[in-house]
Amino acid sequence: MRDNIYLSLLAVFVPLSLLSVGGGQAVIPEIHRQVVLGQGWITEAQFVADYAISRMSPGPSSLIVTLIGYQAGGLLGGLLATLAIFLPSSLLMYALVRVWSRHRGARWQRAVENGLAPVAAGLILASCVTLLRAAAGGWMVPAVAVASAGILMTDKVSPLWLIGGGAVVFLVFQG
Amino acid sequence: MPEWSPPEPKPGPLALFLAFGRIGVTAFGGGLTGWIMQDMVRKRRWVGEEDFLAGLAMSQALPGVNVVNIAIWIGYRMGGLWSAVFAALGIILPPMAMVTLFSLIYEWLTRYSWSQRAIEGAVAASIGLMLSMGVKVGRRNLRRVVPAVVMAVIFVAVAILKLPIMLVVLVVAPISVALAYRRELRDA
Repeated sequence: MRDNIYLSLLAVFVPLSLLSVGGGQAVIPEIHRQVVLGQGWITEAQFVADYAISRMSPGPSSLIVTLIGYQAGGLLGGLLATLAIFLPSSLLMYALVRVWSRHRGARWQRAVENGLAPVAAGLILASCVTLLRAAAGGWMVPAVAVASAGILMTDKVSPLWLIGGGAVVFLVFQG
Repeated sequence: MPEWSPPEPKPGPLALFLAFGRIGVTAFGGGLTGWIMQDMVRKRRWVGEEDFLAGLAMSQALPGVNVVNIAIWIGYRMGGLWSAVFAALGIILPPMAMVTLFSLIYEWLTRYSWSQRAIEGAVAASIGLMLSMGVKVGRRNLRRVVPAVVMAVIFVAVAILKLPIMLVVLVVAPISVALAYRRELRDA
């Protein structure tokens, strides 16, 4: 078993890469089903911890697969799992952007751009709600979020200051 | 906001890697898209807002982690294959180191409630960044009826009805694009 863990990691995560429509979050339940219930690479408790870590850490939360790969197959396992979840979908995106760049300025392309702008705007606004729902911390979360949005829109302050400020506010009022 | 024009000179692969890497290790709270937009559109002005939004919508409709797809989108524009590769690596590798680091200190982090609070606060502020971007692009789309309706439909379908994003985008986007095309023909 041990010697083909690498192949198994690829076999699990490559298809998931191509199924992750709508973002990496979409396949989290499927990852859970396969690696905990199916392959038994990690325990339920480990999965829950990995999930929490990947959300807590900055960057894409799909990096949960790095942790799973590492726990299942060591350093190389972690690297392979990461490669498997990112590469296939990236190749697709690359193909799209190449075609797109070749037709710069075409009328259909302006239409696609203008037609997609409100779609993206709606998605950004919707993801604010999703993030607010998922965040722990009670009423302080929307309060701090709205305040930091307000500051960002009026001042040219680096968002990093706000991140630090948010942490301090939570410590002072809830710590 | 003044009209966007391409940066001169264009950033090379290394600059892209560093810029995306910086976003990757500082963007707490899951609102990476907001961070990328703030950094790439507002601060560095490497990509125009319309262009970014088109890339974002396509990233959502295709499989893959949205922010990696967006990095490829922006990177390719700046200089083809290698720029796309380095932009994508920038948003993957440094955060990979971070997630590993966090897994090492996870037990320590969860032992104390103050560290949890601090992270929750960082996440809340980070959602604010996303919110500011949403309000900014939202306002632009309120100027005309069709985009305003499209935006509202997407918002309700995803945020309130909680329908799958792919389904919503695949149904609404073609209609929105068709209407935009009709408008192009009419204006021509």
